[in-house]
Amino acid sequence: MEHLAVWIAALLTLGIISFLYKDNAWYKLSEAIFVGISAGYWFVVLFWDNVHGKFWTGVFPPEQYDAAGNVITEAPDYMLWVGAALGILMLMRLIPKIGWISRWPLAFIVGSTSGLYLINYFSSNMMRQVQGTIMPLFGMWPTDPTTGETVFQALPTYDIVGNVVILVGVFSGLVYFFFSKEHRGVFGATAKVGIFFLMVTFGASFGYTVMSRMSLLIGRVDFLFGTWLGLIK
Amino acid sequence: MSTRTWELLVVAAVLIVSTIVYLGKVGGWIGGVSFSPAVSIIVIILIFLSLVWILVRTLRGSLVDRRIVFLFVGLAVVLPFFMSITQKIKISPEVQQLYDALEALPPGSKVLVSFDYDPPSAPELQPMAESFLRYCLRSDLKVIIIGLWPQGPQQADLALQIALEDPEIQSKSPQYGVDYVNLGFQAGNEFVIQRMGANIESMFPRDYFGAAYRDLPLVRNVKNFSNIDYSFNLSAGYPGTQEWVQVAVDRYGLRLGGGNTAVQAPMMYPYLNAGQLVGLLGGMNGAAEFELLTGVTGKGTKFMLSQSFAHMIVIAFVIIGNAAFFASGRRKPLEQGK
Repeated sequence: MEHLAVWIAALLTLGIISFLYKDNAWYKLSEAIFVGISAGYWFVVLFWDNVHGKFWTGVFPPEQYDAAGNVITEAPDYMLWVGAALGILMLMRLIPKIGWISRWPLAFIVGSTSGLYLINYFSSNMMRQVQGTIMPLFGMWPTDPTTGETVFQALPTYDIVGNVVILVGVFSGLVYFFFSKEHRGVFGATAKVGIFFLMVTFGASFGYTVMSRMSLLIGRVDFLFGTWLGLIK
Repeated sequence: MSTRTWELLVVAAVLIVSTIVYLGKVGGWIGGVSFSPAVSIIVIILIFLSLVWILVRTLRGSLVDRRIVFLFVGLAVVLPFFMSITQKIKISPEVQQLYDALEALPPGSKVLVSFDYDPPSAPELQPMAESFLRYCLRSDLKVIIIGLWPQGPQQADLALQIALEDPEIQSKSPQYGVDYVNLGFQAGNEFVIQRMGANIESMFPRDYFGAAYRDLPLVRNVKNFSNIDYSFNLSAGYPGTQEWVQVAVDRYGLRLGGGNTAVQAPMMYPYLNAGQLVGLLGGMNGAAEFELLTGVTGKGTKFMLSQSFAHMIVIAFVIIGNAAFFASGRRKPLEQGK
């Protein structure tokens, strides 16, 4: 059985890779199998984890036993019916005449998600990032607890350069996204510096993406030449 | 012969050769292949010369087929697997920071590891998972595994199997439920993290194998994040490190390190610089660096040579493409907006 599984995986992998040569029946078959199995898999996972695992066992809790063998009965969570009702309303989309009803659960999802994300993003992605950007450029003046005097402590050159780059990058990047003033003169030059920083950021991101995609290919090659053919030592 | 016939013949040849090699592997009469350092250098020189030849051809106006680019990328990925040369790996500060955070933990500390990825991301994240679990079990750290992706706990189980094969770990005879535990998957994305902040058992009443949370000695007294000394998130998307930072770190003060796919890693650096993340492993490179620090060579290090070769090929073709673009005089019409 294990041999069969390895062969099926290898042939499907080769089928997908064959698209690099040109579109062909082998590729189409592999793609269709992948899409079909993925859809089936996710349906089963979501059914058992959400409909059965959360809703059914929440509303009709199964009997459990403690170490002494006594039955532990948990109270049913009737609030789950609200979620189930909203879920059923979402399915009304399938009936064109009353499809508008599906907007209610959708509105609930959009509203609650917006509220939650507003707090999360404001705290983690805005305030903490602003805090992380405001840092000493060259050094600090901490108070010596024994003498009570303030002594200048210089930062290492590496940190000074890094902090200056962050300062210039953040400032010029913000200037680039300020559209209420025409990008000319000093303002335009600063915006151009901002574009430079953005390009470097996108370039680094693209480089990482290439690395990620190569990693996937490496994983498949390791499977083909290692697990399947056993040629890799 | 027609192209169609040639294509069918190539497919047949690939299948026949593969079958013979597979039978050889099963029968034990074909083993692993490894080039000597001299052959490896010759192969590299040949690839370099062929790239120069492609550059010259391109400058003369003869553009290469896109399939040639694919072929070279394929060769750059495949051939290093058989080469017996090594690559120097430099430790980056973020990987060192993660390692230092682990080193600072006393034996018996509880480490929460969230496996938020599935098999497609395994080539990048599985080496991290294996080396991280190996390090924890070697250092007598208690490992609590969860997954916010359905296949996460399965990936964790695979990584645990590899880690438990380590002779040093075997000599310690770690016990399931006492030294490590797999609490399985829970649907609900960041809401699971939020509930865990108050009560972990409410989200994971049973472990991956069906045992009750309160019957597992390792987690019996773990109520919420305040009982966790360090956490590590292996993430390939949503939900992942960003959600852990937003909820577990910023709301509950959990100390978190990240292991991310390379696509995700650049988005995590702001969190790292702001102190929201304590260490970061980015892509296969991060995995290789962590393996180097822990002193156990794994798949991350093994794959890095292919990764570097593939990058060099991509860079070479970017240079070839640009050289051809400028040499062909097409720059002028583009500047003139024609």
